[in-house]
Amino acid sequence: MNRNTRINALLLLAVAALAVLPLVLGLGDHKEEPFTGADAEAETAITEMEPDYEPWFSPLYEPPSGEIESALFAVQAAIGAGVLAYYFGLRRGRRQGEERALAARPDESAGD
Amino acid sequence: MHIAEGFLPPAHAIAWGVASAPFVVHGVRSLTREVREHPESTLLLGASGAFMFVLSALKLPSVTGSCSHPTGTGLGAILFRPPIMAVLGTITLLFQALLLAHGGLTTLGANVFSMAIVGPWAGYGVYRLLRRYDVPLMVGVFFGAFVADLSTYCVTSVQLALAFPDPSSGFLGALGKFGSIFAVTQIPLAVSEGLLTVLVMRLLVQSSKGELTRLGVLLTGTDPKERAVSAR
Repeated sequence: MNRNTRINALLLLAVAALAVLPLVLGLGDHKEEPFTGADAEAETAITEMEPDYEPWFSPLYEPPSGEIESALFAVQAAIGAGVLAYYFGLRRGRRQGEERALAARPDESAGD
Repeated sequence: MHIAEGFLPPAHAIAWGVASAPFVVHGVRSLTREVREHPESTLLLGASGAFMFVLSALKLPSVTGSCSHPTGTGLGAILFRPPIMAVLGTITLLFQALLLAHGGLTTLGANVFSMAIVGPWAGYGVYRLLRRYDVPLMVGVFFGAFVADLSTYCVTSVQLALAFPDPSSGFLGALGKFGSIFAVTQIPLAVSEGLLTVLVMRLLVQSSKGELTRLGVLLTGTDPKERAVSAR
């Protein structure tokens, strides 16, 4: 593993640690429902502060269940990840093609 | 930071819509100009939008015991300047409002204002400021993305506090309440977003030097770890 790859892996590891630590340390234990969405908590806070407030418009389409909703979130992430992967794959392929054309022999350099 | 459908009084919903509209119109113009003058940047524009799609779908646990998600707007703001993010952010928010019942059409203006306007501008401002003082590229990118993320949630807290001041402690009391729900939760997530944005920027430096040089992110385009000898 070269230095670049190692730094990239460390960055990913740090992000994973930041996400896992609150779960491992049980930081949601003081709540009735641990790890709910902050958006939903804000809605609850509004209804507590102004019990009379009635939302005056409702979503045109609402996913019928939590499962469908997480499926749609997964679709959103998959579309994004797919486009990102296409971008980096294309760049890499183009660069390798250019290197090959320049060298006019099978590429033997390991990148930059 | 998504204010749910119908959760802003009509007057507020309209006001935020009116405030956001000119930014989005200006953004559409910048975007069409960018694509017309530099058709080759379409790919990287797509990648910036895709990054936002991924990050805003990732709901992560945080120290407060609740979950929230990053915004992903810092990367595009640094690459293409903030006006273009007003458009990409609006597209993301529309997708979530229409298909996921996350956010909403009546609160679109307010959500666009926080995530697609203030976030990108604040992040870009911090990035430019740090770069002006010859701070290394990746440090600037980290803090740019961090600030873009966190400022978005601060704006959401202000928007909700304006609409729902606390009966006893008023605007400031409500701001404290919404701030503790949104802003505090967001701090570790903003760190994550900063790290992920640095990761993608590192990959871009390795793969797309020419493009980054044209966009002014890399100044010479020769040394990936360059500290950018700022001429200004």
